Amino acid sequence: MQIPAAFDYVRAGSVGDVLDLLERHGPESRIVAGGHSLLPMMKLRLARPDCLIDINGLAELDFVVEEPGRLRVGALTRHTTLLESALVGRLFPIVHDAERVIADPVVRNRGTIGGSLCQADPAEDLSTVCDVLRAEVVITGPAGERSVPMAEFHRGPYESACDQSELVTEIRFPIAARSSSAYEKVERRVGDWAVAAVGAAVTLAEDGTIADASIGLTALGLEGVATEAAASLHGQLPSEAVFAEAGRLAAAASDPTEDQRGPVDYKRHLADELTRRVLRRAVQRASTGS
Amino acid sequence: MQITATVNGTEVTRDVEPRVLLVHHLREELGLTGTHWGCDTSNCGTCVVLLDGQPVKSCTVLAAMVDGHEVTTVEGLADGATLDPVQQGFMAEHGLQCGFCTPGMMLTARALLDRTPHPDEQQIREAISGQICRCTGYATIVRSIQWAADHPAVRTEPTGAQA
Repeated sequence: MQIPAAFDYVRAGSVGDVLDLLERHGPESRIVAGGHSLLPMMKLRLARPDCLIDINGLAELDFVVEEPGRLRVGALTRHTTLLESALVGRLFPIVHDAERVIADPVVRNRGTIGGSLCQADPAEDLSTVCDVLRAEVVITGPAGERSVPMAEFHRGPYESACDQSELVTEIRFPIAARSSSAYEKVERRVGDWAVAAVGAAVTLAEDGTIADASIGLTALGLEGVATEAAASLHGQLPSEAVFAEAGRLAAAASDPTEDQRGPVDYKRHLADELTRRVLRRAVQRASTGS
Repeated sequence: MQITATVNGTEVTRDVEPRVLLVHHLREELGLTGTHWGCDTSNCGTCVVLLDGQPVKSCTVLAAMVDGHEVTTVEGLADGATLDPVQQGFMAEHGLQCGFCTPGMMLTARALLDRTPHPDEQQIREAISGQICRCTGYATIVRSIQWAADHPAVRTEPTGAQA
């Protein structure tokens, strides 16, 4: 039987309350939301916080709101809510592509976007999605609110820019016209971590060429986005040859490790193939406005 | 700490240690052993219960987290002597063999049908995809849930067909 080590448990009633509790309980306290990363780690005693601060009651952090030029998503928004949001699917189909393959429907009822990003697992899907969409992570602390580009949010595996005294409160996604996105993951079975996954977002110019592109790899040994692969698309008319070149560059930028999910050359192959597929789909969606 | 939750329609207050998981609270403290305890890693789904009507894996929820909320376990599915259509469906279509996954499967099915009264096969398979059955190959579970969809209870659909 896996039981966490003993800890104190407190429930926060507001963001201000969370900050007070973090200060009062100090560096060995941890925030818990959906708990589907933290509780398993505590059960295995890989994490042993002295105090858990439960933020599940903070309805103020559970929202999806469209504003001119951006979509604001509260940190406590559950995976299921994102997947069921028609607004999210219309603006950023990459989020729905990814959410369909994150864990399983029951786990998605609990897990949150803020928790996923803060966990900073290198094989986690929403981190790649937020990288690709150039999201901003809003962090609230004793000194007020600050915003960190997703590209700077992760400091390495399981480490983020969110300080012990702070709370991630919101994720903001910039909205651009004639844009779309896609995500594809290869997994061994439902709910497993990715063997490999790739996400892409594209913006088309009025003449149909690619004005902007962004490509991110999951579980492929690359932190952040595949810059060269994305740059190779700029100014090009979408074609299989153009996607293939981006795929080649994405595979070259990947640095996968062999594990029980597959050997290096297979994962590199996936980086190439999945890049082509998501570009094809993102461009098609951007052209048809779907 | 003290928690009060509505479990199968009845308010229960208990002292719990913060580290106690919901599955153990239900089984050991409340004696509701219909909720099974399986992989302990939120993979197998045999511990699924409904939290405010939504299926959750109770091995990865703290008992403390359900304070002030509603929990439904398999013991709460039947209405007195009247079985839930999902339970009747599992009987009619042989939705179980060993029965270990069955409580979780039935609760997920109930939650699915509450939101989507007429799911297609794909929706059913998606809904139960976080739960493992080692006996049936899922085919009879899918048919059981379809049976329940085709035979909604009178109490949930007053104008509905005969259960």
